[in-house]
Amino acid sequence: MALTIFRGIRTCPLMLCPSAYFARKHGVFYCTMKSTDSQTATQERQQSAQLKGSPKIQSKTIDKLLKDYEAIIGIETHVQLNTLTKAFCSCPYSYGAQPNTSICPVCMGLPGALPVLNSKVVEFAVKVGLALNCKLSLDSKFDRKQYFYPDLPKGYQISQFDIPIASGGFVDVDLPVEFGGGHRRFGITRVHMEEDAGKLLHTGNRSYSQVDLNRAGVPLLEIVSEPDMRTGIEAAEYAAELQRLVRYLGVSNGNMQEGSLRCDVNISIRPIGQQKFGTKVEIKNLNSFSSVGRAIDFEISRQVLLHSQGQDDQIVQETRLWDEGAQKTITMRKKEGLSDYRYFPEPDLPGVSISKEYVDRIRDSLPELPEMKRRRYEEMGLSMQDILFLTNDVNVTEFFDATISGGADIKLAANWIMGDIAAYMKNEKLTINEIKLTPQELVELIASIKNGTISGKIGKEVLFELMAKGGTVKGMVKEKNLVQIVDPVEIEKMVDKVIADNPKQLEQYRSGKTKIQGFFAGQVMKESKGKANPKLLNQILLKKLNAKN
Amino acid sequence: MRFELGVISSVQNSSLLRLPNFRQISIKRLHACAAPAPLELSCLSNSQILTIRKSLLSRETTAVDLAKSFLSRLRRTESHLKSFLYVSPEEDVLKQAKEIDRKIQNNEVLGPLAGVLVGVKDNICTSDMPSTAGSKILENYRPPFDATAVKKLKENGAIIVGKTNLDEFGMGSTTEGSSYQVTANPWDLSRVPGGSSGGSAAAVSARQCVVSIGSDTGGSVRQPASFCGVVGLKPTYGRVSRYGLVAYASSLDVIGCFGSSVADAGILLEAISGHDKFDATSSKRETPDFADQFVAKDCLRSQPLKGVRVGVIRETLGDGVDTEVISSIQSAVAHLDDLGCAVTEVSFPSFSLGLPAYYILASSESSSNLSRYDGVRYGNQVFADELSSLYGDSRAKGFGSEVKLRILMGTYALSAGYYDAYYKRAQQVRTLVQESFKAALEENDILISPAAPSVAYKIGEKKNDPLAMYAGDIMTVNVNLAGLPALVLPCGFVKEGSSHLPVGLQMIGAAFNEERLLKIGHIFEQTLQGCSFVPPLVAGEF
Repeated sequence: MALTIFRGIRTCPLMLCPSAYFARKHGVFYCTMKSTDSQTATQERQQSAQLKGSPKIQSKTIDKLLKDYEAIIGIETHVQLNTLTKAFCSCPYSYGAQPNTSICPVCMGLPGALPVLNSKVVEFAVKVGLALNCKLSLDSKFDRKQYFYPDLPKGYQISQFDIPIASGGFVDVDLPVEFGGGHRRFGITRVHMEEDAGKLLHTGNRSYSQVDLNRAGVPLLEIVSEPDMRTGIEAAEYAAELQRLVRYLGVSNGNMQEGSLRCDVNISIRPIGQQKFGTKVEIKNLNSFSSVGRAIDFEISRQVLLHSQGQDDQIVQETRLWDEGAQKTITMRKKEGLSDYRYFPEPDLPGVSISKEYVDRIRDSLPELPEMKRRRYEEMGLSMQDILFLTNDVNVTEFFDATISGGADIKLAANWIMGDIAAYMKNEKLTINEIKLTPQELVELIASIKNGTISGKIGKEVLFELMAKGGTVKGMVKEKNLVQIVDPVEIEKMVDKVIADNPKQLEQYRSGKTKIQGFFAGQVMKESKGKANPKLLNQILLKKLNAKN
Repeated sequence: MRFELGVISSVQNSSLLRLPNFRQISIKRLHACAAPAPLELSCLSNSQILTIRKSLLSRETTAVDLAKSFLSRLRRTESHLKSFLYVSPEEDVLKQAKEIDRKIQNNEVLGPLAGVLVGVKDNICTSDMPSTAGSKILENYRPPFDATAVKKLKENGAIIVGKTNLDEFGMGSTTEGSSYQVTANPWDLSRVPGGSSGGSAAAVSARQCVVSIGSDTGGSVRQPASFCGVVGLKPTYGRVSRYGLVAYASSLDVIGCFGSSVADAGILLEAISGHDKFDATSSKRETPDFADQFVAKDCLRSQPLKGVRVGVIRETLGDGVDTEVISSIQSAVAHLDDLGCAVTEVSFPSFSLGLPAYYILASSESSSNLSRYDGVRYGNQVFADELSSLYGDSRAKGFGSEVKLRILMGTYALSAGYYDAYYKRAQQVRTLVQESFKAALEENDILISPAAPSVAYKIGEKKNDPLAMYAGDIMTVNVNLAGLPALVLPCGFVKEGSSHLPVGLQMIGAAFNEERLLKIGHIFEQTLQGCSFVPPLVAGEF
């Protein structure tokens, strides 16, 4: 739309808050963090576990106080759907594209342009609704949510108001072992479809702002939880489970840094035993699971402290921002009474009617979801720690499933994946799909070690080779002549040679310094280029070393 | 085997492979005057479109000459009428006309509207002309795309002659609400042409163009058609794509047609109808061959409408309706009776409820639809130090008073605490109106009413009395609430001083049954005695 020039919006007092965050009526301008590696929830968890060990805000007195209070936490999550085109027009969306390069009259809100629903949005919403055990509305509709903001081209957001596509569900979560573990079920109030807004770009000197409408009209699902969570880790795990869910379903990349998954937390506290809820505070700008957990823990402490000091009138209904640098929440804006969005049915779109057959067809096509996987792995005898690691990443769990269905030993497969493979992925900053190793070759590798074709040590070398360059175990063993030496005569020859080459050490050994047996074993292994069967090697070596005594 | 070969050989004949152009077939049929009702072009001489086609194909005239004659009349009358906000440069129009002449020379396929000059209401987007919707907030705005209806007009060979005046965003009934100029009624220059599509109606009435398109949210095609003595056709909601129509009230807006004959309105409707993937509310129904309905005068039997059940809406011929308008309609009813119709009276208790319901719903939707004019992306922007002033000042300066009034009403009606009392109740009334129409149209083939309670007002007469102006919409708004098609055609005159002012008869039909309206309307029109609906301004030329 070369015809339309995007103007600067001259603003000065637009900046309502001290930081670079942009206040707006219903949300936050999400800043992108410059983090290249996408952390998994587990990795984040480990970080947050460390952070908990060095608390800045929690003193012993607060810890004591916290025991008398209970926090009530609910989360609103926005999930960006990875449909090929936007919700109501045929523009594609790709994160990070040049501003205003993926726009059309519809998503720009030009006069006369009309929205047409992308049916994939409904399909994805139904998938998520089913995965969250919701009741689906076979006849739902879109409504207009009206407010003015420069990133909202039409002056209203197409959303769903009184009849969301899905409602009344739940999600099951297994808490990490390092946080005491345990199974939780959190209620889901509703799931509805809506469109994303554009983004504002602010110039350095803040004299004007520019509008980027690439993101305008990108489909979102808003998932609202029941206020069922009580702690930061429960909330972080809830959010992580939603991420796993949308990734398992393939409906979103769930990337928090890019804003594909955004969490707004509502939190209040009350003394244990009290029925009445406390004043609710909303927290925004949570860019990772660990910040969800930490922001909540901070906010609970802040509210408990105020309450216990008789200053509960200072807990007011407001929106607070999580300041990652300062590790605390700060006031963004106080509520000036309820905003009136003047919802009414969207007249440009017909109602959304789905048939029972359509829903059943989608239900039948759902993949195995994280909770089902965890229960299945549990039955297979894996520990919860292993289960949580393996099921955290949909690609890892698929790799693992492919490995064990290829006949690999369950425990061995898990250990290889969680050990050397995970370490390699972390070092090389690769995903399991990016490494060259295939599940079939991992099966082969495990079998080759088990049946003695190659030694465990060689196995590791082969593994790294396979991860880096690909190929097959058989090919590599053949090509590099890596078959384990199990012939005692051959090993004996090498032992003899090593003993003959090291008379000094032999003397030391025989004079009682038997510890240096390890030296001899190492030399023989080196002589065999790592191929000697270690058990056989040690047997023969010991026999030889002790022979003349 | 031989059969297969035969098929192949005939396919290889390239002339058989050439498919007729868009909707070419129907017009061919018209042209060929196919059985069972033998139709000669001469029989339908009141159709300007068909007359033009005939004279072009017979080489009697050229598209260039035709365009020149329309443009010269346009120039001569425009200073009195001011029906256009923008007129295409003459060279652009003639260039398109030359292209048509070239096609005729080469015996190429011609679109059904080839060489037909069409006026387009300025709230319908055109990529090569400004589209202001009559508002200062869109001054000089040029859309980057053609509305689907405009695109179809062009595909059918039409030449867009310019953009016609209207009440700002279609909100008004006199065209005095335009931010740019006041259009005069060709029958009496001291009177309004009606509105909001006043420019489109006046332009067709004064033969500044052959046909025109407008939009009808609460009567904006039908009432000005009545005031200007032309045929106005409001199709069923969903028949014509709204893509590119600047939204006023999305659930009520339709693009409609103006012509100087029923046949022209029907041919125009056929050209712009059909499902559009860019409008989710456009119907997937097949567009019927509207031209099939036209039976030439000479082919008519003595009682050509025998058995057609006509219901006269009692509530539309009572209080608040000019007595002379009533008597005109009564003559029209008598005429229908003569044509063989079975005329009965229908009572419509919910009729008067439609007006307040319409104004609540239309204002509510418009308050939302007009939110996009914030000065951020297009249109006039007032520079300001802070965001709320940027919005406030741009909108305060850009919108006219009637638009502001409706935005305020709509915002109020949708506000928390008032929604149930206003918007929701209005929707309930809408359902009631829909049910009443449905019941009445099961008993009757068409329903009859005046198109407006009076003839054209004096300029300025209703300007400061919005309620009186709103009351003038009573005849038309119910039809929009029900989404039904309606045809307005001139049926008589009322003498006001030295002027003869036309009166319009409204025929309301069942959803997606424009065919029946066109058929009845066409017979009515051809058999109406002693009326010529060419205004004095241009009467000498016809």
